[in-house]
Amino acid sequence: MAEPKDPLSMRCPESMTAVAASTTSLGTRAPAALTLRVVAECSRSKARACELRLPHGTVATPVFMPVGTQGTMKGVTAAQLDNLGCRICLGNTYHLGMRPGPELIQKASGLHGFMNWKRNLLTDSGGFQMVSLLALSEVTEEGVRFRSPYDGAEILLSPEKSVEIQNALGSDIMMQLDDVVSSTLTGSRVEEAMHRSIRWLDRCILANQRPDQQNLFAIIQGGLDPALRRKCLEEMTKRNVPGFAIGGLSGGESKEQFWKMVTLSTDQLPREKPRYLMGVGYATDLVVCVALGCDMFDCVFPTRTARFGSALVPTGNLQLKKKQFAKDFRPIDEACTCPTCQRHTRAFLHVLLHSNNTAALHHVTVHNIAYQLQLMNAIRTSIVEHRFPEFVQNFIKTMYGEVGHCPTWAVEALQSVGISLS
Amino acid sequence: MTKLIPIGCTRRQGYRAIVLRPGAQELENNFTMKLSLSRVVQGCRLGTLSNLGKKGDRCMEFPGCLLYTRTGSAPHLTHDTLQVISGVPAMTQLTLSSLAEHYEILEEYKEGIGKFIGMPESVFYCSLHDPVNPCPAGFVTNKSVSVWGVGGRLEMTVAKFMAIQQALQPDWLQCLSDGEALCADASSSKRAKKSVDRTLAFLDECLKLQEQSEVLRSCVMIGVIEGGDILEERLRSARETAKRPVVGFLLDGFHGDAMTKETRLRLISSVTAELPENKPRLICGIGQPDEVLECIEAGVDLFESFFPYQATERGCALTFSFDYEPNPEDMVLQQNGQKEGEENGEHIDKIITTKCVPETSFEINLKEKMYRDDFGPLVGGCSCYCCKNHSRAYVHHLLVTNELLAGVLLMMHNFQHYFGFFHAIREALRKDRLGQLKELIYRQAC
Repeated sequence: MAEPKDPLSMRCPESMTAVAASTTSLGTRAPAALTLRVVAECSRSKARACELRLPHGTVATPVFMPVGTQGTMKGVTAAQLDNLGCRICLGNTYHLGMRPGPELIQKASGLHGFMNWKRNLLTDSGGFQMVSLLALSEVTEEGVRFRSPYDGAEILLSPEKSVEIQNALGSDIMMQLDDVVSSTLTGSRVEEAMHRSIRWLDRCILANQRPDQQNLFAIIQGGLDPALRRKCLEEMTKRNVPGFAIGGLSGGESKEQFWKMVTLSTDQLPREKPRYLMGVGYATDLVVCVALGCDMFDCVFPTRTARFGSALVPTGNLQLKKKQFAKDFRPIDEACTCPTCQRHTRAFLHVLLHSNNTAALHHVTVHNIAYQLQLMNAIRTSIVEHRFPEFVQNFIKTMYGEVGHCPTWAVEALQSVGISLS
Repeated sequence: MTKLIPIGCTRRQGYRAIVLRPGAQELENNFTMKLSLSRVVQGCRLGTLSNLGKKGDRCMEFPGCLLYTRTGSAPHLTHDTLQVISGVPAMTQLTLSSLAEHYEILEEYKEGIGKFIGMPESVFYCSLHDPVNPCPAGFVTNKSVSVWGVGGRLEMTVAKFMAIQQALQPDWLQCLSDGEALCADASSSKRAKKSVDRTLAFLDECLKLQEQSEVLRSCVMIGVIEGGDILEERLRSARETAKRPVVGFLLDGFHGDAMTKETRLRLISSVTAELPENKPRLICGIGQPDEVLECIEAGVDLFESFFPYQATERGCALTFSFDYEPNPEDMVLQQNGQKEGEENGEHIDKIITTKCVPETSFEINLKEKMYRDDFGPLVGGCSCYCCKNHSRAYVHHLLVTNELLAGVLLMMHNFQHYFGFFHAIREALRKDRLGQLKELIYRQAC
């Protein structure tokens, strides 16, 4: 069901439709649902600080996007998430497509309306979940065929179907359906998946019924093979998509292979479009990959580890359930401005985590989200203030004590973009 | 050092003079709390407790309830989500069962439980047990009472109990008591008598220890009325406890199925008739709206708020109306809304699977399929965070997908709804509309 294209209409009261970043073949201006403005660039590394304008507001990058899988950020309310400064978060197409389903969400005015989140949303295609969660999924040229774990029905998730669901969800950024293979896989399957992903990208672009309100991102595949990656980059960058994700990493591959694929990818991606590195969320990885030129990140780690009582701090993490915190009357992090650290001690959280009151989990979740957002903010400020390399050096020192303890891959990755750690 | 205590509820019946132990008089004098009774309507007391808290600057209206907590925190709620709720009571209930095992930590912390849990502004009442988690019976002796924490059973002698309270520093504390008069299969007069004797003995020992501690003197004792279902024992407990320098009274052992409703209310009325007017009466284990009203009529002032928590845990939203003066238009809408719900429910019953049954008639179970595409608020007209921002459909989705946010949102609504109910009781008493409120509540109590 195609909606009439009216460049000046404001269909979503809260949305900001930015005007003209692209022109159609007829020379008329089509509204762009995304504009990226590079605010500052590191003179040494590939790091940049940008402003990303999306239908539900501006997002400062580099940005970490918390993952709210089923239309909720676990025990954190939309108001709390907003107060923490979050301006974009994730929803999962696979989960929401299963429950409660796209028709219901559309009735609820999209995912924004359903979860009452007024800021930006990014949805993935559902492809990754399918491959990782389902024992019996089968990939064909058509799409991914699988059995619903809820009622056993056979379902085909095609590029068209994935985009259709994401159109119903109404996310500001949606991801193409890609042919996902494990990063440890080698051989012809990887190449097949890369080529198929390109074909699926084209099908997704065609299927997008709301390009003026929803931005479809391509996902660069190619596994750990530089030649395949380059081929994929060459082809996908020919397509007029508003942004690119670097996919197929953050699986079981070695960090050494990982960073090389990241930097290879950013080298070939256009400057004026955002680069989204999927599935990355550990602090060190974030810092390094910003240096390598990435703008956007997502990961379940911070929120998931919170629910196990693990609080993120500049020196790593605190396992708050452990005895050593029983009489520790300091906040999780003295420098943290989050509501948990403003009011509570490690000792109290220790006690609460040993009870069955879920409030304990929420306290740590709030803190971990705040930690991630504060980290990205600090990174960004250092880029804007032209002292990103110094920031990196301090970060590594705090996290690892001394340079010698910093993992080799990180040292080499930073070295490759002109940041030395001695 | 004699003290005059009124016999019965009204001063007309005269006074009885008793002799206090030396230290006790001092303790009595230390009470800064003041109870002002503004009206008594059909047995229901309406008033204010003032000069509460360590600084003596807090106050609380009654009839009212206390904020229910589990291990020192409102269930599911952080400070941010708690403070968005309207009508949060000034006094918070802590349970010794959830905190006793941590007393060494609190001893080292030194600054008391309020600050430790991040609620420095609240006033605290520490009860022995958690109304939601009954503990195994049979562990009360002449020398000790046990509570059950995460780490298992914690046995407390009077000395241990007072040491723990010294570390916690609550404003009010339920004195050590024997609440097991009705725990055995057959209620016995002997067991009832023992519960009263033991509880009085515990009280006297605790008071003695309290005199010896500066810190403990600011934690005032709530005397516990025991006696099972034996009237004489209940009266004896009330009269004897009233002689001691306690700041208020807890009517224990009236919850559950141990006695019939008639017996319960009769005993409660008899007990409160023996208690001084100027001290608050608390009851534990009573939370259902109709039972709350009955107890208020029987002379009870303060209740716990575990009932909204229980509703939350069963995936239910409190929806009972306490609007005894509704807009005639709203009434029609309300009726229609209910009808629709019933129709949908029946229709779906025919097609699909098990229908979830709400625990009480005061709530709706959001897991029911009929709410899957109901985009209205939990309760029309409710101004809580959940009703202003979310729909029944969303909460249904959260419950079906087992998401943590379900508990958060339901707790926010259920607490606000329940606190609103107590506000309505006070208003009804103020405006002489108690009969209408009673009729409305009892009508919903099927």
